[in-house]
Amino acid sequence: MIRLSVPFRQALSRLTLPVMLMFSLGLILIGRADQSFAGHLRGGLDDILAPAYGLVAGPIAAAEHGTGMVGHLFDLASENQQLRTENDELLQWQAVAMALEAQNDALKQTLHYVPSPQPEFYTGDVVADLGGVYARSVLVVLPANGTDPQHLVGAVAMDGRGVAGRVVEAGSRSARVLLITDLNSRIPVALGPSGVPALMAGTNGPDPQLLYWAPGQPPAEGAMVLTSAMGGAFPPGLPVGVVHYDAQNDPVVLPLADLDALRLLRLFSYPDNLPALTPVPHAPDGAAARHSRKH
Amino acid sequence: MVPPRVIRGSINVALAAVRRRTSIWRRLDAISRLMFPFGFLLFGLFVIGMPFGLPGQALLLPVYAMACVFFWSLYRPGSLPAPAVAVTGLLLDLLGLSPLGMWAVLLLLLQGATLAARRRLIPQSFWLTWACFAGFAAAASALAWLFQSAAALAPMPLLPLGGEILLACGLYPALAAFFIRAHRGPAAVELA
Repeated sequence: MIRLSVPFRQALSRLTLPVMLMFSLGLILIGRADQSFAGHLRGGLDDILAPAYGLVAGPIAAAEHGTGMVGHLFDLASENQQLRTENDELLQWQAVAMALEAQNDALKQTLHYVPSPQPEFYTGDVVADLGGVYARSVLVVLPANGTDPQHLVGAVAMDGRGVAGRVVEAGSRSARVLLITDLNSRIPVALGPSGVPALMAGTNGPDPQLLYWAPGQPPAEGAMVLTSAMGGAFPPGLPVGVVHYDAQNDPVVLPLADLDALRLLRLFSYPDNLPALTPVPHAPDGAAARHSRKH
Repeated sequence: MVPPRVIRGSINVALAAVRRRTSIWRRLDAISRLMFPFGFLLFGLFVIGMPFGLPGQALLLPVYAMACVFFWSLYRPGSLPAPAVAVTGLLLDLLGLSPLGMWAVLLLLLQGATLAARRRLIPQSFWLTWACFAGFAAAASALAWLFQSAAALAPMPLLPLGGEILLACGLYPALAAFFIRAHRGPAAVELA
């Protein structure tokens, strides 16, 4: 062990705080100058944490009997009652759906309908709820089958019922999904049967806001909200939620996805029809284009 | 009256005990006690990240970190040095999607303020310590709100800020009760 004189050691201990402060301020500057630096660090940390969270996710799921969150254990009786009535209704709807499906198939056959190509998708467990004070995101563990992680950035995340968010960062083992309730989330949507365009913006609260709808056609209470292909970032027609008015002239979307109790997410990647606006790195193409322009 | 020969003998015994090389187990014990505050801080951050679905769970992350930094800087500053605080802040930024380095700076400022107020704060009652922490936490949360609003060029919602401050005030006694036990038990380096 190195022996240092007492005054020197005191000076050193007094200096660590200012030095660390300067170091952190430097990090802020680096983070502001190079946005991808924080992304790389975050991806690395998520890759380390994801297996650890995966280990503890099992016991938590067992504790809640695979039905929801630990908090839900307190209102099991009322939930049971609600589920019974809902089940009765759903059985009726199932009959309707089967009839409609048969009719739809028959109509498609007569029209010689060409089905749209199925997107690639991965299913992953939600292992951690890593939001911040002003951010909403979850961590998803990816199955280890050698998929290209960069391929997944921009993928649409859906739970069993509707759109939950988009992948903003992906490492080799984990992907971080920015939820639709996040302050930075902006999703072009189509409202109701006629598909009136609007923008759904997250507010950090439980229900995202609707912005920029056509002035003559205000969103109707209870209208279905689907994703819109406008801007090209999302495939059209994915279910998002239902319009609801909290106050006059302030429509919000009640998300279909159970955003407080996400357990499994499917990540759909649509690699071929992505425009330049999406957060997928287009650097190789861009570099090649610039290079060819020189010649 | 104790004869001087006896006193000299007892002093020699005491010196021998001091000079005796500390055994490896004892040193390990001391190191683990020294590491306890930082280790438990990291473990707590990990646990808060688990998807329990509690309302306001995301607010808990900075509140817990602030309470840890405040308490240990006040009562055992040697166990939570500035580099450990910086690492904690960096983890908060990476986990919580805030601008890189922001919480590192805020937590270090909190530690600096706590160390500056330490002499005057330690002899005071718990109520005053609590009020002091509430003030520091409110200041740090407000600074975080300001910084993130400036970085996004738009004001962030005020509701989470209020929730964060309330949570910090409400949670500190419970956390402090636990930390005081740790301070006298598993974190007490002098007991090793």
